[in-house]
Amino acid sequence: MYNGGKIILGIVIFLALAAYPFFGDIGKANVTPEPNLDTPEIRKLEEKKCVEPEEFMKAEHMSLLNKWRDLAVRDETTVYVASDGDRYKISLQNTCMRCHSNKKEFCDKCHEYTGVKPYCWDCHLAPKEGK
Amino acid sequence: MGIDRRDFLKMAGASAILAIGGLTIVEDITKDIAQASEFTPESGAITAGKWAMVIDVAKFKTEDDYKRVINACNSIHNIPVIDDPKSEVKWIWTDSFEHTFPEQQEEVHMKESLKEMPFLLLCNHCEHPPCVRVCPTKATFKRSDGIVMQDMHRCIGCRFCMAGCPYGSRSFNWTDPRPHIKEENPDYPTRMKGVVEKCTFCTERLAEGLEPACVEASNGAMVFGDITDANSEIRKVLNEAYTIRRKPELGTGPKVYYVMGGADNA
Repeated sequence: MYNGGKIILGIVIFLALAAYPFFGDIGKANVTPEPNLDTPEIRKLEEKKCVEPEEFMKAEHMSLLNKWRDLAVRDETTVYVASDGDRYKISLQNTCMRCHSNKKEFCDKCHEYTGVKPYCWDCHLAPKEGK
Repeated sequence: MGIDRRDFLKMAGASAILAIGGLTIVEDITKDIAQASEFTPESGAITAGKWAMVIDVAKFKTEDDYKRVINACNSIHNIPVIDDPKSEVKWIWTDSFEHTFPEQQEEVHMKESLKEMPFLLLCNHCEHPPCVRVCPTKATFKRSDGIVMQDMHRCIGCRFCMAGCPYGSRSFNWTDPRPHIKEENPDYPTRMKGVVEKCTFCTERLAEGLEPACVEASNGAMVFGDITDANSEIRKVLNEAYTIRRKPELGTGPKVYYVMGGADNA
């Protein structure tokens, strides 16, 4: 084999680089992010609940938001009647973020972990977080 | 050893039945989510067959009268202040008589002094909006109450609507508007670079039972109401005063009327 040493060295270096993500993480705990629900607004709530049950919100908040935005902008509908009969104003800034005033700790935590980049905040204003 | 033809057909049949069964289960689940909730318009909202506006030109006397109205809109809608006229963003603004009513220079009989004044301009919320016809993504559309609305989520920034609008009512965001917003209103979104925006007749305020911000700030110089309701205030004003609209010859059916204050010397 011509240049056998170089080829083998090259293969070894390539394998090391390609496998780096695997052995680089060995021993590191895979911490699942926990969105922070502790805001002054949520603390004030008597009954701590979101517009829909927690499980639904965890799995479906993106489709609910998508539905909300079409309803509010296109379908002249501004009130959402939740499955338990409670009524909410359809608004990301004025309803969702009024309680979840900690965007960094609530939204960004999971979105960064999962590599999701929602473009909500290109236009919608995030709540001013106490600095 | 391979499977024979009979076994193959049996397996295919069984898996097809399973697949159909599985699909209906998935459908049932998604149906449940859709039925979990319903939507209604806000109870305190004010609604109309067709919204329209009257601007009483003679009631705008000083520079401040215009500024107050324009600032009311700019501040609640997070409109950026950009001085360069090529990239400015405007929902409500002023222009000369000549530019506002180019085809009506001769037919309007009004005090000469009024012709020297600036005129308040905004989206006319046309009955036949050319911007809606040309929009390739239906980002701009006409609501059932006649308001020509803009869905920023769908705008691709092609600017066909700006070419279509004969009133210059639409502005394109050439840059990120946020650095140019004096004071952000946390209750209303901003826009992003690359979308077209314009006046919305304050749909967000109508939903809460409030009149548009400009009308509220105008001290009675502007009247807003349902033009399909014969008993509305706007119909009374239109019955009593001589009004003109911008470029009616184009057939767009603009719904902003100007009281020209020419009754006494017409």
